[in-house]
Amino acid sequence: MNTASHASADHAAADALLSIRKVEKRFAKRPVLCGISLDVASGEFLTVLGESGSGKTTLLRLIAGFEQLDGGEIWMAGERLDQTPAYRRQVNTVFQSYAIFPHLSVFDNVAYGLRAKAAPRGEIPTRVTQALAMVKMSDFAQSAPSRLSGGQQQRVALARALVNRPRVLLLDEPLSALDANLRRQMQVELKSLQREVGITFIFVTHDQEEAMALSDRIALLRAGRLEQVAEPREIYGYPATAYAAQFIGQTNLLRAEVRDGIATAGPIAWSSTGPSGAATFSLRPESIRLSSPSHAVNAADVTVHFRGRIKNQSFGGAMDLLEIDCGNSHLIRARIPSPGLLDGLQEFEFSAGDAVRVREGDAD
Amino acid sequence: MYSRAYKTAVTIPPLVWVTAFLLIPYAILFCYSFWSVSSLQVIVHNWNLQNYAQLFRNPLYLTVLLRSIRIAGAVTLLALLLGYPLAYYLSFHAAKRKDLLYQLVIIPLWASYLVRGYAWKTILGSDGVLNGFLQYLHITHRPVEFFLYSPFAVILTLTHIYTPFTFLPIYASLEHVPRNLVEASHDLGASPFSTFLRVILPLSLPGILAGATFAFVLTLGDFLAPLLVGGPSGIMISNIVVSLFGAAYNWPLGAAISLCMLLLVVTLLFATERLEKRFTIS
Repeated sequence: MNTASHASADHAAADALLSIRKVEKRFAKRPVLCGISLDVASGEFLTVLGESGSGKTTLLRLIAGFEQLDGGEIWMAGERLDQTPAYRRQVNTVFQSYAIFPHLSVFDNVAYGLRAKAAPRGEIPTRVTQALAMVKMSDFAQSAPSRLSGGQQQRVALARALVNRPRVLLLDEPLSALDANLRRQMQVELKSLQREVGITFIFVTHDQEEAMALSDRIALLRAGRLEQVAEPREIYGYPATAYAAQFIGQTNLLRAEVRDGIATAGPIAWSSTGPSGAATFSLRPESIRLSSPSHAVNAADVTVHFRGRIKNQSFGGAMDLLEIDCGNSHLIRARIPSPGLLDGLQEFEFSAGDAVRVREGDAD
Repeated sequence: MYSRAYKTAVTIPPLVWVTAFLLIPYAILFCYSFWSVSSLQVIVHNWNLQNYAQLFRNPLYLTVLLRSIRIAGAVTLLALLLGYPLAYYLSFHAAKRKDLLYQLVIIPLWASYLVRGYAWKTILGSDGVLNGFLQYLHITHRPVEFFLYSPFAVILTLTHIYTPFTFLPIYASLEHVPRNLVEASHDLGASPFSTFLRVILPLSLPGILAGATFAFVLTLGDFLAPLLVGGPSGIMISNIVVSLFGAAYNWPLGAAISLCMLLLVVTLLFATERLEKRFTIS
């Protein structure tokens, strides 16, 4: 998995469609983006993930051309993009609030970009009809936007952007206003649509599950800096920083002392190959198991055992979430498939390799 | 829920007001318009349509009415041409100067109408500021007469007075144009000019209609500006009504003209309100 992701990263650099280089942005002297560099490959589904205020929407607006850079450059297909006015960029945006023109019909909304760029007149109806069919809105061509639901407006916004066949499609939290069911449905459709049209998607969201479900790669943004850029499986399995480990999925952060290849965090100790000294490890709750004799015998050298008192057990259907008190206020969370009702002192285990050494962020 | 007594209590004062100061006067006006004046200068209650017939037969009234409509049209057009760009600049490009400029547009509204009328008289007169200036520059050698006491002077004065009234609704409608629609238009490849024509202008139509209605209706009924700067060639329909109710002592004819004007204005208001509703998008 690790090598595969490296290969794809090289691939991205080689024929990057969009190249963001040391981009800086300030609002009233407050830095919003601090030297962001990122290459996006042609046909890639890249998600910019971050909390609100992390600068993810600003990054999108810089690519779209709604804001001016304070430093750095943006290139697209070998040409400088950041000095091109927004209306000449081969980039289209799906806005968070949809921004459907209220005075135009659905058809005219979708045709807007084609007419603005003076596409051949005969071509317009065909392309608009195709775009509406693609998002399953053919029946609404003559409707007024005010009569559409949020999900339908979302589809129109998508068709309005895709009909122009942009090189890059920017999506600014397009699903955040939809209810949970519709949201999941749109996620699936969005992903298959992207495969179908082969356009590069840059998708902004604060929802890490959405990011993992949709993306080829995730760029995790934190306070204007890139925390980690990697494929979903890698960023989840090998988070680079404590922040990344916590933000993407749940984790246990173990503050350990490493000496002579042994990491010790309170009552738990395991083998670690990294350099000696203080270190932080991320241990996913689902990599913890209840100890069983068979495990212990099979892989005694890499399996780490520890004991703890069940402090809390919450039933979660397939997986139960346990809070384990290992003494000295060391609390470990574990996710264990149908363990039955547990209490008192129990023995647990995990593979030493599942404790991933992470960097501590500056702000932690 | 409000009690019945409360509802009655809040309804009665405006009802009394409207009845006493609108409905009854209009009813009286309506009656007068069917009466006539005898040779002894007495108003006689012989119901007839003479006044309305005279209105259409006597070319004087029609000429002045048409002139009033032309002047109102010109003032409306000028107020739109001045007010729209100003409102557009303030709403989209003024940034930090917005509040200051807005106040500068509003301040003239605090000065009395009469003062502004007299100011134009002083500026446009044959010994006025404008003529003095032109002669000082040797552009003209004697006072230009048509500056004052002409339809031109009326249009100029009324444009000055009513442009803020046109500006305000336009500005309000431009402020309500969602800025992300402007961004969406740029995003879809429309130039700033094309964006203006295809997004901003259509969405500000309700404001344009409201502003135009203000300028047109207020000008059509104006009688002070023609009185101050209009002269004989700048007389408007309201001046005729004033003289019919005054020196000429022909209240019935004055009432008939007033009612026709009222009908014209009310029709106009209904029409523009319907249009505004059509262009307003929730």
